[in-house]
Amino acid sequence: MADVSQPMFDTDELVINMGPQHPSTHGVLRVVLRLDGERVVGSDVVIGYLHRGIEKLSENRDWTQIVLLTDRMDYVAAATNNLGYCETVEKLMSVEVPRRAHYIRTVLSELQRIASHCLWLGTHAMDIGAMTVFLYAFRERELILDLFEEYCGARLTYNSMRIGGMPMDLPPGWDRKVLAFCDVMAQKLVEYEELLTNNRIWLERTKGVGVISAEDAIAIGLSGPPLRGSGVNRDVRKDEPYAAYAEMEFDVPLGVAGDTYDRYVVRIEEFRQSIRIIRQAVQGMPEGPVMGKVPRLIKPPAGETYHPIESPKGELGFFIVADGKSLAPYRMRVRPPSFCNLQALPQLIKGHMVADVVALIGSIDVVLGEVDR
Amino acid sequence: MIASVVIPLLKILVVLNAVLVGVTFMVLLERKVIAWTQARLGPMRVGPYGVLQPVADVVKLMIKEDITPAKADPWVFTLAPFVALVPALIVFAVIPFGPEVSILGRPVTLYITDLNVGLLYIVSVASIGVYGIILAGWASNSKFPLLAGLRASAQLISYEVAVTMTLVSMIVSAGTLSMVGIVEAQQAQGVWYAFVQPLAFFIFFVGGLAETNRAPFDMPEAEQELTGGFHTEYSGMRFALFFLAEYANMIVVSSVATTLFLGGWLRPFPNVAALAFLGIVPGWMWFLAKTFVFLYIFLWVRATLPRYRYDQLMRIGWKVLIPLAIANVVVSAVLKVWL
Repeated sequence: MADVSQPMFDTDELVINMGPQHPSTHGVLRVVLRLDGERVVGSDVVIGYLHRGIEKLSENRDWTQIVLLTDRMDYVAAATNNLGYCETVEKLMSVEVPRRAHYIRTVLSELQRIASHCLWLGTHAMDIGAMTVFLYAFRERELILDLFEEYCGARLTYNSMRIGGMPMDLPPGWDRKVLAFCDVMAQKLVEYEELLTNNRIWLERTKGVGVISAEDAIAIGLSGPPLRGSGVNRDVRKDEPYAAYAEMEFDVPLGVAGDTYDRYVVRIEEFRQSIRIIRQAVQGMPEGPVMGKVPRLIKPPAGETYHPIESPKGELGFFIVADGKSLAPYRMRVRPPSFCNLQALPQLIKGHMVADVVALIGSIDVVLGEVDR
Repeated sequence: MIASVVIPLLKILVVLNAVLVGVTFMVLLERKVIAWTQARLGPMRVGPYGVLQPVADVVKLMIKEDITPAKADPWVFTLAPFVALVPALIVFAVIPFGPEVSILGRPVTLYITDLNVGLLYIVSVASIGVYGIILAGWASNSKFPLLAGLRASAQLISYEVAVTMTLVSMIVSAGTLSMVGIVEAQQAQGVWYAFVQPLAFFIFFVGGLAETNRAPFDMPEAEQELTGGFHTEYSGMRFALFFLAEYANMIVVSSVATTLFLGGWLRPFPNVAALAFLGIVPGWMWFLAKTFVFLYIFLWVRATLPRYRYDQLMRIGWKVLIPLAIANVVVSAVLKVWL
């Protein structure tokens, strides 16, 4: 009799290399997958293909020049990066920022959140095969880029904030255009949801895929929509308000199951909350200067500080050490949400199929410029 | 001599050219339709409104470098695109485009041949096409195409079963395997079979989407997962042959569906005498119009729906479509005997 404990044929894991050139790894992410058939039994996430040494570079740049470098981390959400850096330095220097500047910053970062979520929605849907949503979402993102262009002249890397305030006041009529955009966006959201939210195929592809419990999410250090998708109520805008968020009324959408679908629903709801915040901030925009009293030569006193903000991807924090002597930070360290969220990927994709891998990379919404810095 | 050699050869020439030209313009149509769905314009540069884009595409693909990867199996690698394309083209031999017409005083049938086992011929020839995909995936000696080849074989085998079952119920309804006979049976019974066998029609359409590897079942290509799937390693004209095969298969499925379920060349409501004025439009135009509707739905579905996952696709095939198709055969057979 044949020995049944010995398999008749050899079986072997198939190792495939996904990326760094792959249409769905959202940049230069490389995932080495070990497959059993089409099922993922293990994976290694390899990063670093876009490392430019931004943190080290900062030690050799003026405090004002670093704003430009922050643009190039999360390049699809440059305004929130500017905000995170500027507020950290302001905290270090104890500079008073005018209220109007706070309001403009709030409007810009919420516009940025919508733009970033548009990009996420488009690519995430595209990864799952719904290619029309991609073009629709980019159509609306274009409108936001136009608004940014009108404000600061740039469409991707804005350099739109300064330490102590804003470089310039709003152009005349800009506020009306923003409100008009909010109306358009609210309508278009319905369109996206018609294509996806109750679509049977979309539900089958996202429900129960990549479930992460609240405890695990906290243990890994997730933040932003992936954390809230698991039902953890943590939003820096609410918990440690910055800019003008303390004066805004908005809800923090939460998921229940912690699967891909819940993360999708959370982000879709964040679109609505962002529109709500923009409307309040534009309508309640105070008059006054946009630049605070800042010394001509920026040279913070010796000390160190950490300041988090809620970027579209999650908690973006800057830790800066100043020695009080040089014209550059002694040390700057960024807590990038994409990097921390990406740590969950091996755990999320284990046991799923190859098709789910791309869905899950899209679902945690990483930007490799921020992961590698 | 003329009737037995020249006319059939002429017919083959016309059909083959029509299909190949149709395929190239299908590519343009697909790009245009999807562009309009997505608030874009699509190709606009080559010729007015981009109508000459297919010509430019063909020229480009012809002069592109044709690469055979060093580790590929050169014979199988070269053979695979032809294995994929040829079956799709020879299926057209039995598709009836219209009834007998008279051209220059000579009666001419608008089909190349009327096999008495036409449907069986289609099923058997069309299923050879999948070998092209499997061989391409295997011969490339590369991991992504291999996965795609495995997906393709599993997918096509399981959907073949469901589709063939629906064809069996059509044979039960029509009482013949001949494609011309099936259209004539619909004329005699005065109704399109889509209304007699709606379930079979639905299963055939879904199975057809899966068999032609079209969205939402385009697993073997799955650009976002397998970076192009089985044709990842192909370039130039050999890549174009796979492309041609895919679109030719779409046209095959659409014309078979038109013949079986929408009365082929028959006008709408062939039993309503009041609509007899519709008979002015020649039969082959009705056939083309109905086929076009199918092709349009193929594109529409692709622009709208996300993609199923491989295991979900197999589940739908084996747990939903095949049982339904078998039940449909049994019910139509029972009804046929008792009524």
